[in-house]
Amino acid sequence: MLKKPMLEIRNLHVKVNDQEILTGVDLIVNAGEVHSIMGPNGSGKSTLAQVLAGRDTYEVTEGEIIYQGKNLLEIKPEERACMGIFMAFQYPVEILGVTNTYLLRTALNAQRKFRGLEPMKPVEFAKLLKEKAKVVQMSDDLLQRSVNEGFSGGEKKRNEIFQMAVLEPTLAILDETDSGLDIDALKIVANGVNAMRGKERAFIVITHYQRVLNYIITDYVHVLVDGRIVKSGGKELALELESKGYTWVEEEDRTAIPANA
Amino acid sequence: MSVNYDELTNQEYKYGFVTNIEQDIAPRGLNEDIIRLISSKKNEPEWMLEWRLKGYRHWCTMKEPKWHNVHYPPIDYNNISYYAAPKKKPESLDEVDPELLKTYEKLGIPLNEQKMLAGVAVDAVFDSVSLITTFKDKLAELGIIFCSFSEAVLEHPELVKKYLGFVVPYTDNFFASLNSAVFSDGSFVYVPKGVRCPMELSTYFRINAENTGQFERTLIIADEGSYVSYLEGCTAPKRDESQLHAAVVELITHDNATIKYSTIQNWYPGDKDGHGGIYNFVTKRGRCLGRNSHISWTQVETGSAITWKYPGCILEGDGSVGEFYSVALTNNRQQADTGTKMIHVGKNTRSNIVSKGISAGFGQNTYRGLVQIHKSADGARNYTQCDSLLIGDKCGAHTFPYIEVKNSSAQMEHEASTSKIGEDQLFYLKQRGLSAEDAVSMIVNGFCKKVISELPFEFAIEAERLLSISLEGSVG
Repeated sequence: MLKKPMLEIRNLHVKVNDQEILTGVDLIVNAGEVHSIMGPNGSGKSTLAQVLAGRDTYEVTEGEIIYQGKNLLEIKPEERACMGIFMAFQYPVEILGVTNTYLLRTALNAQRKFRGLEPMKPVEFAKLLKEKAKVVQMSDDLLQRSVNEGFSGGEKKRNEIFQMAVLEPTLAILDETDSGLDIDALKIVANGVNAMRGKERAFIVITHYQRVLNYIITDYVHVLVDGRIVKSGGKELALELESKGYTWVEEEDRTAIPANA
Repeated sequence: MSVNYDELTNQEYKYGFVTNIEQDIAPRGLNEDIIRLISSKKNEPEWMLEWRLKGYRHWCTMKEPKWHNVHYPPIDYNNISYYAAPKKKPESLDEVDPELLKTYEKLGIPLNEQKMLAGVAVDAVFDSVSLITTFKDKLAELGIIFCSFSEAVLEHPELVKKYLGFVVPYTDNFFASLNSAVFSDGSFVYVPKGVRCPMELSTYFRINAENTGQFERTLIIADEGSYVSYLEGCTAPKRDESQLHAAVVELITHDNATIKYSTIQNWYPGDKDGHGGIYNFVTKRGRCLGRNSHISWTQVETGSAITWKYPGCILEGDGSVGEFYSVALTNNRQQADTGTKMIHVGKNTRSNIVSKGISAGFGQNTYRGLVQIHKSADGARNYTQCDSLLIGDKCGAHTFPYIEVKNSSAQMEHEASTSKIGEDQLFYLKQRGLSAEDAVSMIVNGFCKKVISELPFEFAIEAERLLSISLEGSVG
């Protein structure tokens, strides 16, 4: 029997300020898979991530998103989070006076409550934090500081992966987590993702550069151009893009249109 | 300790109930006869009545101030009752009307000493009178006097005579003069030389009766080398008509003494459209008389339709320190005009001001502060931090800092910021699984942390809870 996909995006059209950003995205993600979405600047990669997470500044004009058999577009962002959707932000915000630890405990317990679980015991939580902090090499100091306050760019991104590790999502969306990272930080982030790969979990890794895919083991690569996926393939597609550039797919796509029509 | 926000976000003002109890209420109106009546109800000595009458006569010559940045319809001072008290005055806890005990249980302030928070002594003031003061005997063993103001007038007249009006004279301002004439009850604290008060002292003010005002007066004296931490909390029933609360608090510290004074003000704020709610017009001031003495004000102001208060310090003793930590939150139609006055007179005096204003709904929040460095205050220092947070686009934040420096050796620092709770922050927290209300609470509590952390632990939790409840409905 065929297993239902975890996530199905069908003919997704999205507008921002009357401008159409996504013009018909189709994507199927199954549990256990890692999908990478690449594309030139302005192709709609981050829009896709934000729409999946439920940001209301984007208007979905057509199409549907089914997650775990439910119509995701009717579900509030916080409920999506509780249903296991996590987004690592491209630009993580600072929240003064709220420690990382406090945010994570509140978030984790909110999610547990949604799933009908008791709040995690403080001792258990402390253990979990310690264990996960090791994976992304977060220092105690960073855990006790206000969320992202005064963090370097690299620390902020690492913090996103750390939060992901603690919250253990079902579907993790990484929105250009690799951009602005030096090679060491990139490896730490990639290791964090690799360590979390599992049969029940899926990843959507959004990136501008092929570089991160040297470290994150990806199953599929999709190329997003002008708001839709124009080419999909395996890992080798990323390498091909690296050497030929995005114009290559764009042109191939243009010539391919009559054939599809 | 964590706060269960889910439980909180679905409640409105939960202290809005009325206690049905037989009341002894003075007829409405203000004149010398009413003042004589109040004084005789309390069996006051002649000198006390005289002082009240002086206050009243002075008040009659004054005009209500209009300089503040708040708006309200004119108050008819002859349409208020200036005295309301439960009919039976209890001699001990056993005699307190069970209705009243229930009231305080409901407010989360059990008056039974066994049930109370360990280490907190409470003076419970209900409308115009103090009902009971707990742990009095235990404190008396250390020479600490903690009792209602009325009792102090009778039992410790020498102290009251010496210090009443010592910081806030009956001529001070319109509302302070009014208070001097009609003040009903409040707390009195005296901590003798070298004694560190072993427990938190607190007063819980409750307005219950209709069409009455509450005019309490609190006086705290810390003698040489002593220490005391004091906290007041306030609630009132929901009513359609506004009620006046005009209190006076005077603090005095001698050499090397410290008073920490904390307020959690949760008077009824009025409804969403601004009907009802308490007018909270309060004069609070401390005199750091002694060398190296220390007065610290911490306030969390979430209630009242209008808040108008400037707890200040006069730093007379060399090396004395004044502090002011404030959170003022205005939601719906609430208005607050609050801040502090730091008057530096002695050498090497220091003051520290941290003010956090939060405005939501149509709330208007004003910080007004005065830092004055006198000629004599060599080496004085002040640090002021004044931050405003806006939630939504219909509220307002205003800042009026006044700085007067007459000594060139002074060091002054002033930092100010205004920010809006951003969609980005809210979305970030929601993406982690927090509801919109919880997300706002978290951001606001983070914003106020520097002030909240100055409160005694039990009350810090209470304050965070209050902030969350008070913001109920402020985000869509």
